[in-house]
Amino acid sequence: MTNWKLILSIARTHLLTKFRQTAIAALGVTFGIGSYITLVGFMTGLNQMLDSLILNQTPHVHIFNEIEPSEEQPADLYTEFENSLIMIHSVKPKQSQKKIHNALALIDHLEKDRNVLAAIPQVKTQIFYISGSIELGGNLTGINAMQEVSYFNFGDYLIESEPESLENIDNAIFLGAGVAKKLSLSPGDRVQISTVKGNSFPLKVAGIFQSGIADLDNIQSFASIKTVQRILGEPENYITDINIKLKDIEQAPALANKIKKQFDLQAIDINTANAQFETGSTIRNLITYAVSITLLIVAGFGIYNILNMLIYEKMNDIAILKATGFSGTDVQFIFMSQAMIIGFVGGVLGLVIGYLLSVVIDRVPFETEALPTVSTYPINYDPWFYVIGIGFALISTFLAGYLPSRKAKNIDPVDIIRGQ
Amino acid sequence: MKTVLETKNINKYFKKPVLFHVLRDISFKVNPGEFVSIMGKSGCGKSTLLYILSTMDTDYEGELYLNDKLITGLDKDELSRIRSEFIGFVFQFHYLLGEFSVLENVMLPAKKLGRKSPEEIEYSAMEKLRMLGIEKLALKRASRISGGEKQRVAIARSLINDPIIIMGDEPTGNLDSFNSKLVFDIFQGLSKEQGLSLLVVTHDEDFAAKTDRIIEMGDGMILK
Repeated sequence: MTNWKLILSIARTHLLTKFRQTAIAALGVTFGIGSYITLVGFMTGLNQMLDSLILNQTPHVHIFNEIEPSEEQPADLYTEFENSLIMIHSVKPKQSQKKIHNALALIDHLEKDRNVLAAIPQVKTQIFYISGSIELGGNLTGINAMQEVSYFNFGDYLIESEPESLENIDNAIFLGAGVAKKLSLSPGDRVQISTVKGNSFPLKVAGIFQSGIADLDNIQSFASIKTVQRILGEPENYITDINIKLKDIEQAPALANKIKKQFDLQAIDINTANAQFETGSTIRNLITYAVSITLLIVAGFGIYNILNMLIYEKMNDIAILKATGFSGTDVQFIFMSQAMIIGFVGGVLGLVIGYLLSVVIDRVPFETEALPTVSTYPINYDPWFYVIGIGFALISTFLAGYLPSRKAKNIDPVDIIRGQ
Repeated sequence: MKTVLETKNINKYFKKPVLFHVLRDISFKVNPGEFVSIMGKSGCGKSTLLYILSTMDTDYEGELYLNDKLITGLDKDELSRIRSEFIGFVFQFHYLLGEFSVLENVMLPAKKLGRKSPEEIEYSAMEKLRMLGIEKLALKRASRISGGEKQRVAIARSLINDPIIIMGDEPTGNLDSFNSKLVFDIFQGLSKEQGLSLLVVTHDEDFAAKTDRIIEMGDGMILK
């Protein structure tokens, strides 16, 4: 039978009369947990930002028609040459259409797949930006702006404009930042473009697009799918690319393979497209975990040290308690509860301090060309970090308190009393 | 008649640094209300005997009875409970918890035993302090009072659970003659008026001479 009220009141008296020592022990936990929360929030925040820089605007599976030579040349089909070595020179790519055959039906079909979050059509074409007698080569992509915003964070890369204007303004175009600079254009101006076939069209600049990748911003512009189809003189079912966003990114290679086989189209999954990026992410995460674990272990040893000292100082008290009827288990509980109180108070304070530091870092300006939407350092406020932080504070103080308190449990009061 | 404390053939060895036979065939009884002192030269094993009798030392051979009940071989938690219920202890050094108030020091063993409500415990603790003339110190920190006062607080603490026997290990060994006499008078009062048994290890011959019975020890044996 354990009288918890009594044990806790003894533990409280011990802690309060040695307030400075208690405070130092608790601060050890506080700094450990606080720096863990700050660091892990900051590092994963940066990681997520870097991840999103690539991942958010990259489709999980990209479907298009590749211009390539036929794998089977007519000579391969001819049975007379079956057992001969066939050599064909000057193989030319097969004449095929750029558009995806029956694209609208394919999109419907893909969206019924339960792994698929969205399948979004695009129309890509080469154009020239015309300024007086100067022709600047570039790419124009027809997009469904609102879908791109919801699935590929398109809105993050627009400056001085709203994505809706692409749909609302007739013949609107979002110019790449590099293009706009070269042609001295700003939103509201008109720009003349011409297709590869030579037809020219006036478009209205509705906004500026900046991905942060200069090579892309120097050529890329966006218009609505309908505008691009009209420029090209193609019907509504003219779709050159389909971008798929999945619920689970791990499914991407499997789905890409299936589409390749089933529809005879080129399908590239994100893992193939960004293999080296994946490695960078993994290594950054590894560093984050290594640093956090080190911090937490250092905090744990600090707690162990202080509790050990506390128990050495309290040898006499332990002997008296035992001589006056307290059992070894009672004494152990007294010291364990001190450890746990230190762990809990220190841990909670650590969470608060970690959170406050995170908020401060979150306010520090961080301006970069590459990320038009980011103006301060990113912080990840994942509640799991806080759960792990307080959990570790409790577990480590438990372990750090357990060993010294077991020693206190086994102290023979006779040794102490006679030893004086 | 009931005996409060009885030992039968208690033997104890110290195993370190060399095997040493400390106590040889100790057998004696303490009757209710008896004030017994144990005397002997340093190293004759009287304190060792006292710690065995107090149930804190369990490493011995022989049998120990408390209230006619065999308590040799019980487990440690059981012994803790028996100790707090039946035995009061007073040490040479005062051994109070310096961080707690005098009143809390006295109350702790009773709170641990949990037989009474907190209000009752506080009331009886104040009662004991009043009996010993130190009720004014109740709220002082135990580390801030004088040596004689500390010893009286320790006696109050040993009485809080209304034990059947009080054991003392040189309770006056560290006190001046005035305080020694005070402590002796308190002990005698407890024995005469409340019928408590007392078993006190002492060097002080004047102190021993005034007790009901003297057990003299030498070389681990009872001489008379």
